[in-house]
Amino acid sequence: MGLLSKKDAKLITDPLADNNPITIQVLGICSALAITAELKASLVMGIAVLFVLGIGNVVISLMRNIIPSKIRIIVQLIVVASLVIIVDQVLKAYAYELSKTLSVFVGLIITNCIIMGRFEAFALGNGPWKAFLDGIGNALGYAVILLVVGFFRELLGSGTLFGIPVLGDPIEKTGLYSIGYENNGFMLMPPMALIIVGLIIWVQRSRNTSLIEH
Amino acid sequence: MIEHIELFFKSIFIDNMVFAVFLGMCSYLAVSKKVATAVGLGAAVIFVLAITVPLNWLLDQYLLQPGALVWLGPEFAEYDLSFLSFIMFIATIATMVQLVEIVVEKFSPSLYNSLGIFLPLIAVNCAILGGSLFMQSREIETLGLAVNYGISSGIGWFLAILAIASIREKIRYSNVPAPLRGLGITFIVTGLMGIGFLSFGGMLTGGDEEVKEAPKEVVVETIEIEKEEVSNQTQIVN
Repeated sequence: MGLLSKKDAKLITDPLADNNPITIQVLGICSALAITAELKASLVMGIAVLFVLGIGNVVISLMRNIIPSKIRIIVQLIVVASLVIIVDQVLKAYAYELSKTLSVFVGLIITNCIIMGRFEAFALGNGPWKAFLDGIGNALGYAVILLVVGFFRELLGSGTLFGIPVLGDPIEKTGLYSIGYENNGFMLMPPMALIIVGLIIWVQRSRNTSLIEH
Repeated sequence: MIEHIELFFKSIFIDNMVFAVFLGMCSYLAVSKKVATAVGLGAAVIFVLAITVPLNWLLDQYLLQPGALVWLGPEFAEYDLSFLSFIMFIATIATMVQLVEIVVEKFSPSLYNSLGIFLPLIAVNCAILGGSLFMQSREIETLGLAVNYGISSGIGWFLAILAIASIREKIRYSNVPAPLRGLGITFIVTGLMGIGFLSFGGMLTGGDEEVKEAPKEVVVETIEIEKEEVSNQTQIVN
């Protein structure tokens, strides 16, 4: 990449694979599991976290030298809460159906440990540009996992992707359904998301054996 | 009374914070390596939920809901401060957790030491904020129900973390494939527990419906008099 130095580019690519916030750092699990029954919801949640984490990281980084250590959690919470209120109001205004699907999980972005985790681990100790890249990188890593889980859950659970039927029509019995394929409704239930993430972790750690716990 | 019992069991088993709505997963996964710390954290979560959900209910009822400010004066009836919910809830939670921390440090230093960093971390535990947000979105009606909801959600979370901690302690001696060791197998086991908890889904569906009354039969009475009048009139016309 011409714009970014090698170290800066690493800030974005690391969380996509080796330092993934969900599967490696074990942050942000709650929303990753709850709303991934639909690919559209996963995408919107990924974009929301991108917005909050990117801007939040920059704001905290700009303030890092003037926040007294004793109240830093409160300051962080206020910054995140304000950004999430903006996201929530925008969603309610422009995508009301989706905001109903996401329900409380938009609000729960506030306590999404990725955001607080990156504030503490990175934004408080680095400059705004690096903090922005780190925020973008981690949010993208989070979004990737959300999209993968959402992809499998929606495809296998309701035969659609983004609401568009791709395997045929289950009622008219066209496409794949004509040979007897049935939607696995179980995929839409919460426990399957946990199992899919477990499988993703399995794949990730098999490919990169340094991540295995002992 | 029946709605209290219903809410209690519903929040523990059917809408379990961990298995049905995935709240508090980060600390659930991080603290569940030993049963002793898991029990301590679970108890702290129950306590914090039991205090913050009713407090936030009061805040929602008298400050945040559309039309809630009516007690100040009738001209305030149109104010809708619900967009401030997030900030107000998280502020209450952070304050209460700070208070709990001070109280625990004073009265039980050993518990304070064993909980360590996790007590302040409860403030950002999504289970706590989630409890308040679900209380708001499900429109819990009374303060008593709010207390009930807080305690029972906490108990549900406590059950979950107790179960996974016990299983993880035992699994250390099992033959788990290397890439799955630790985090991976915890996810899968939690998923299996979630499937188990789905079986509670049929528990409370019997009591909600009102007794259906037998449909009243509509009796059609033929009025004989009219026919005579009609026939009289036709005779006159003729």
